[in-house]
Amino acid sequence: MELSVINDDHVEILLSDLLEKYGYDFTGYSRASLKRRIIRLYSLDRAVSFAEFRYKINKDNLYFKRFVEQITVNVTEMFRDPVFFKTLRDVVLPKLGTYPFIRIWLAGCSTGEEAYSISIILKELNLLHKSLIYATDLNPIVLEKAAQGMFGMNSMKQYSENYILSGGLKDFSSYYTANYSLAKFDEELKSKIIFSTHNLVSDYSFNEFQLILCRNVLIYFDRELQQKVLNLFDESLEELGYLALGTKETINFSGISDKYKRLDSEKIWRKIQ
Amino acid sequence: MIKKCEAFIIGGSAGSLDVLLKVLPLVNVAIKFPIVIVIHRKHGADSLLPELLSTRTKLKVKEVDEKEPLIAGTIYIAPSDYHLLIEQDRSFSLDYSEKINYSRPAIDATFQTAAEVYKDTLVCLLLSGSNADGVNGLKSVKLWGGTTLIQDPNSAQVAYMPAQAQANVKIDHVLSIEDIAEFINLLP
Repeated sequence: MELSVINDDHVEILLSDLLEKYGYDFTGYSRASLKRRIIRLYSLDRAVSFAEFRYKINKDNLYFKRFVEQITVNVTEMFRDPVFFKTLRDVVLPKLGTYPFIRIWLAGCSTGEEAYSISIILKELNLLHKSLIYATDLNPIVLEKAAQGMFGMNSMKQYSENYILSGGLKDFSSYYTANYSLAKFDEELKSKIIFSTHNLVSDYSFNEFQLILCRNVLIYFDRELQQKVLNLFDESLEELGYLALGTKETINFSGISDKYKRLDSEKIWRKIQ
Repeated sequence: MIKKCEAFIIGGSAGSLDVLLKVLPLVNVAIKFPIVIVIHRKHGADSLLPELLSTRTKLKVKEVDEKEPLIAGTIYIAPSDYHLLIEQDRSFSLDYSEKINYSRPAIDATFQTAAEVYKDTLVCLLLSGSNADGVNGLKSVKLWGGTTLIQDPNSAQVAYMPAQAQANVKIDHVLSIEDIAEFINLLP
């Protein structure tokens, strides 16, 4: 009985194709989510058979890019989890504000909503001029979108509420210009963001930072890959720097946890040795 | 007939919390399988639900941590605003992809991934609710040989969800609120 158009063996075949043909290593990704994404794309694009689907991914470079974009989750929001951003605003960034220069790495930035959120807080704290945000993702397509700084107008009501809950005091709409269905964010916010590709699975540390944010990315990785990525963050973080993860993510299981002290309420850890 | 239950998953939406509060106190602490609860709730109301439910049972109740293995005799609650998936190695994973049926967590996502893992040892129950989340999930459960249960729509505060399931999927048992705990306790 054919229970599903894509079975577990198909998933493994596609992952080894991606690795061999394109050098993209998804073998450390949790399978349940990945398989759902692949099945979703398979039916979205009305693939005729697994063989044809596989052939297209292997032979058609444009389709391969679409495949990578679609099997990774790119859902994000501005000021998602407002209390987290309030802690950044009230505790973490003021502390970093005493440094002459602030380097921030936002790993897995997707379409950039969090990068602009951080930029807004830095601007309000009067720290933007001496900050640099490296916003990275493995996926060039989402980075192009992020660099445009345009998000749907239909999200602005929610984002504005999030912004206020996160401690924002201005009129949120002063940060963008409405352009039909899109909100175009001020160029100044983008001036201190560098969007660049970086693959957490295969690329190395590229700088030292005082704050690394990687929220809701590790949930897609298995424990082994999580450990590897946490080591990468540890290598890339200065002493007394901060590491911020998603609400349901932790460093507790990992080998780096002894070197870090968690801030009370949020998933933010400070590197103490 | 169910030969062996290795996981029991409950999905619900509007009107399902009251049912859980009535049923959980009657569930035998010696059950030989984990119970997973996926109910729709507002984002941000995080830790309250596990606390509330743990006052009603002697079984261990906890909100799921990602990559955590499913252990018999534990009641797991899906965290708000993430889809809850089950991996082939019988551990949980979380997913922040698009909402399904306007919902995150979506009952469908948990039912469907569990169906492929637990196959004929999976038992899924859909409670009261006002949308059709869970119906496609129950279809998968049936397809993989699992057992499908619904709360009797006549006893549900909002009948739509179990009624949709009844109209679209072969349901093995329709249970009144009073019968749910006994059914769970008698599972092999």
